[in-house]
Amino acid sequence: MLTCKEFLAELSDFLDERTDTEIRSKLEKHIAECPNCWVICDTTKKTISVYKGMKSCAVPEDVHSRLMAALERKMAAASVAKK
Amino acid sequence: MALESVTLAPVPAELTEEAKAELELVNRARTGDTSAFSALIRQYEGKIFRLAMNITQNREDAEDVLQEAFLKAYEHLDQFQGNSKFYTWIVRIAVNQALMKLRKRKTDRSVSLDEQIDTGEDTVAREIAAWDPDPEVQYSQDELNGILTEAIDGLAPIYKTVFTLRDVDGLSTEETAEALDLTVPAVKSRLLRARLQLRDKLTRFFKRKGDDAFAYM
Ligand SMILES: [Zn+2]
Repeated sequence: MLTCKEFLAELSDFLDERTDTEIRSKLEKHIAECPNCWVICDTTKKTISVYKGMKSCAVPEDVHSRLMAALERKMAAASVAKK
Repeated sequence: MALESVTLAPVPAELTEEAKAELELVNRARTGDTSAFSALIRQYEGKIFRLAMNITQNREDAEDVLQEAFLKAYEHLDQFQGNSKFYTWIVRIAVNQALMKLRKRKTDRSVSLDEQIDTGEDTVAREIAAWDPDPEVQYSQDELNGILTEAIDGLAPIYKTVFTLRDVDGLSTEETAEALDLTVPAVKSRLLRARLQLRDKLTRFFKRKGDDAFAYM
């Protein structure tokens, strides 16, 4: 039987389904028998799912305008350099 | 600039529709189509700004990083290889710019995304409380966003950055490693810690009423 520490070390790969079948069955056996690790595994999985696709805030309008202005200066400089 | 002189990235057949559309935008931007580059900016500026805030922890620096990253990307569009996502590519540029900012700010020593890693014993008291089946439905969208943002903001910059790229933006572990110039095992260990720390922080909000237990593990 794996220790809880060994289980935690594999948790990310387990949740990402990147463990090979042999380790996977050991991990599954561990959570079936260890209530603490079952809770950690279940709540970590939910943590990942609530964050999935969390929108980034829109860039503040003034920041966006300064970015576009900087880009226009750059493009203007580039077209002058080419002539 | 003559169109013939522009080397366009080949569009591989196995790309998703989304990736194809993106590569087309990049190719159009490369031929001097400024509206195509503006579209790329609109698509990614929010994520790049968030990334820059995560690393620099400073709004003014983050704005500089945002500008420098897109200007550099524009300048070096011809170096973009169609075999990685545009986002992974510009993230790499933005990360480098952000690290340079950090170095300038703390001139006494070099700064890397590695340094906040504690390598000591990582057995900590973890709250073992089951969550409600759908904890997020108890909160309004605004409240939920507030909780999630505050929890992420409480992480060290490296954890924040790895978690956001990997689990929020949906990059693969390999793409995250490439973007941050870290090894795959380094990304994995930071991701695990970030996930566990966030889980601990969210447990306070999402646990089932009356469930209270701690374990050292
Ligand atoms: Zn256990």
